[in-house]
Amino acid sequence: MKAFLSLLTRDLRLAARDGGALGTAFGFFLIVVALMPLGLGPDLNLLSRIAAGILWIALLLAALLSLGRIFETDHDDGTLEVLATGPLPLELVTTAKALAHWISTGIPLALLAPLLGILLNLELKAYPVLIATMLAGTPAVSFLGAIGAALTLKARRGGLLLALVVLPLYVPTLIFGIAAVSAAAGPDGLTASFLILSAISLAAVALGPWAAAAALRIQMQ
Amino acid sequence: MRRIATQPLQPTIFGVTAVQLIAEQLVINRGGRTIIEGLSFAVSSGEAMLLTGPNGAGKTTLLRGLAGFLPLQFGSVRLDGGDPDKSISEQAHVIGHANAVKPTLTVRENVVFWARYLMDDDEVDSRVARALTHFQLDDLEDYPAGYLSAGQKRRLGLARVLAAIRPIWLLDEPTVSLDTVSVGLLAAAVNDHTKNGGMVIAATHLPLGLERTKQLQLTASSARMESSQEIHL
Repeated sequence: MKAFLSLLTRDLRLAARDGGALGTAFGFFLIVVALMPLGLGPDLNLLSRIAAGILWIALLLAALLSLGRIFETDHDDGTLEVLATGPLPLELVTTAKALAHWISTGIPLALLAPLLGILLNLELKAYPVLIATMLAGTPAVSFLGAIGAALTLKARRGGLLLALVVLPLYVPTLIFGIAAVSAAAGPDGLTASFLILSAISLAAVALGPWAAAAALRIQMQ
Repeated sequence: MRRIATQPLQPTIFGVTAVQLIAEQLVINRGGRTIIEGLSFAVSSGEAMLLTGPNGAGKTTLLRGLAGFLPLQFGSVRLDGGDPDKSISEQAHVIGHANAVKPTLTVRENVVFWARYLMDDDEVDSRVARALTHFQLDDLEDYPAGYLSAGQKRRLGLARVLAAIRPIWLLDEPTVSLDTVSVGLLAAAVNDHTKNGGMVIAATHLPLGLERTKQLQLTASSARMESSQEIHL
């Protein structure tokens, strides 16, 4: 447990010191969302109808930018091999690193989303639901992303490959994330969509580390 | 392919009995080529084994195979004595070509992380202090590691072996970019380790001034190892 916590705090500290990763993700999120009204025209009804979808897609793309860093720097400087000789099984190493990614990138992006909702004329009563669904859905983004990051670790120009591997895995998260926000604006309030979204996240948290660890074992040979 | 006479097992600081690392009939492939073929040797507590041989002879491959990073095509590596619940790699420090140093963390934070991560006890502070002092990194401890010179970074990477106590050290070219003083520090650490019953396997080109050593010479002949011999120094 001590080893797990020390790895988690080290990753969070590295994320805070590097800064650039989160800054890039934030900037990208902002720009993608800001471009939408420019491209679609100032039709407020249209924008508010598609706001949830745009915010979710932009969040996935922004998170994608930072996924590569989960294992890449540790692999390049030899840290990953030493981590593998530690007391933690590789499954817990990947858990700690994906968790650190969620805390350092997923949560900040989810909290930034409502601010960008203003640009898209998102309905007022959808704001709490938007934050809730994004907080519930982003663990899946980090933990599924860790699988892709581990698989593409040694690939040259792995960034594009990473997008191809990971984005299809995000489809269920995207569908139910948007469905949950849309449903909340209707008469029923929070619905099954939110529960399914949470279930997807829990499944990703439970299974992602195993798949990522298996991929790392192959990559490290 | 001779077996080395085994030494009687004696108590050490690392456990009840001394450990012995025994490799038998190792075959390791790398990228489809057989790099190590039919190699057997044994190293006991208190011994340092130097791997020598030309570039490409398989020194790194052998060390990575022992550490469990590369699959063995054939043969076995086992540990007599030691902690039966842990794999060899969990009882070994592996110092590879890369230093595993984070540039944005300070020197002390780097060492503290490895001390905490690799070993769970309440003596983290004393182990960190020992590692920093031995490798003469005291003055640099609050300095971000990214600003260190190559030799200082190497010393910081090596400090890991003292930051956590493990019986087996697998060192791959540990002296790269070290000056003569630093090589002396490393040799002192290795000699201390073997004196206390530890075991060291090091691939190196330099005579390090080590005590209690033996040598395993790997030869490269069309990237295959034809024979191996052990010499007691």
